[in-house]
Amino acid sequence: MLSKKQLFTRGMVDISPHMLSVIPFGIICGAIGVELGFNPYLVYAMSFIIFGGASQIVFLQLLSGGASSLVSVASVGIINSRHLLYGAVLSEYLEKLSFLKKLLISYIVVDQGFAESNKFFKKNKGEEFLYYHLIGTGCTLWVCWQIATLSGIILGSFVPEELGLKFAIPLTFIAIIVQDLKKLDHVIVMITCGLSSLLFFDAPFKSYIIISPIIALFVAALLLGLKK
Amino acid sequence: MTLTSIIFAGILTYFTRMTMIALISRDMLGDKIKAVLEYVPSAVFPAIIFPGIFINDFGTFIEMNDPKIFGALVAVIVGYFSKNVIATISAGLVSYWFLIFVVFS
Repeated sequence: MLSKKQLFTRGMVDISPHMLSVIPFGIICGAIGVELGFNPYLVYAMSFIIFGGASQIVFLQLLSGGASSLVSVASVGIINSRHLLYGAVLSEYLEKLSFLKKLLISYIVVDQGFAESNKFFKKNKGEEFLYYHLIGTGCTLWVCWQIATLSGIILGSFVPEELGLKFAIPLTFIAIIVQDLKKLDHVIVMITCGLSSLLFFDAPFKSYIIISPIIALFVAALLLGLKK
Repeated sequence: MTLTSIIFAGILTYFTRMTMIALISRDMLGDKIKAVLEYVPSAVFPAIIFPGIFINDFGTFIEMNDPKIFGALVAVIVGYFSKNVIATISAGLVSYWFLIFVVFS
């Protein structure tokens, strides 16, 4: 049985490789906000209040492109609606927590943290304080995100644009799901999602990001039906 | 951009994170749904990966000889065999840089 501290540390260790993409992305995110002419304090406030990389950039871009606040806020909500799926998966492991702890831990659930902690949870179902792993991944991501966006805001885009570091984002997620390429059913689900996301890319409010997972999960349900 | 709009976006985002964790009990989901939820990573992350590779900053499709496609393929192969996150990301970036700075420059 691992202690709370060991689980927390394990979470930090498991998430740290992803900083390779999270930190440059945070710097870019902060720098874009200032470049688009927004108040630096408000640009930083997003990292604290919204705390969601892609949605922050979209929010900035929509507002600077003249979209209304309503449209911009709605887009953030739709982009982040994928967290509903993460929550549904995590709820199994967080069931025993008090309501207050559930409310607090929810704030730090983000893509990479969910992915790495979910992998750890699946392999270590018997651990009592499993959620400390999620706190470890979430807090590490949170601290790095705050520092990275702040540095982008203060120092500007000191990461040369020619390096194309935004490309590190898809690479991080490739690293997360690449081992599931061994399973044909997962490959079918991935391709369904990927192709749908390209097909629906121009759908309003960036809704491709939730439309394609729903289509892919529907295909997953069909595959499960066929297996039986 | 006002602080009010950021706060609304933040509350909305928080609700997407909190709803399923705090308000829904696992028993409310049937076995069938739980089985489907096993596919969530495979069903969600390609929606971030594919546009990140195949669509450029201007929202249009890239050419089929774009260095990003090559970089992504290298990342998939290295990731599959190494099972290492740092190796996967670095291999993808380095092969991408090799193409844009050495081959196509």
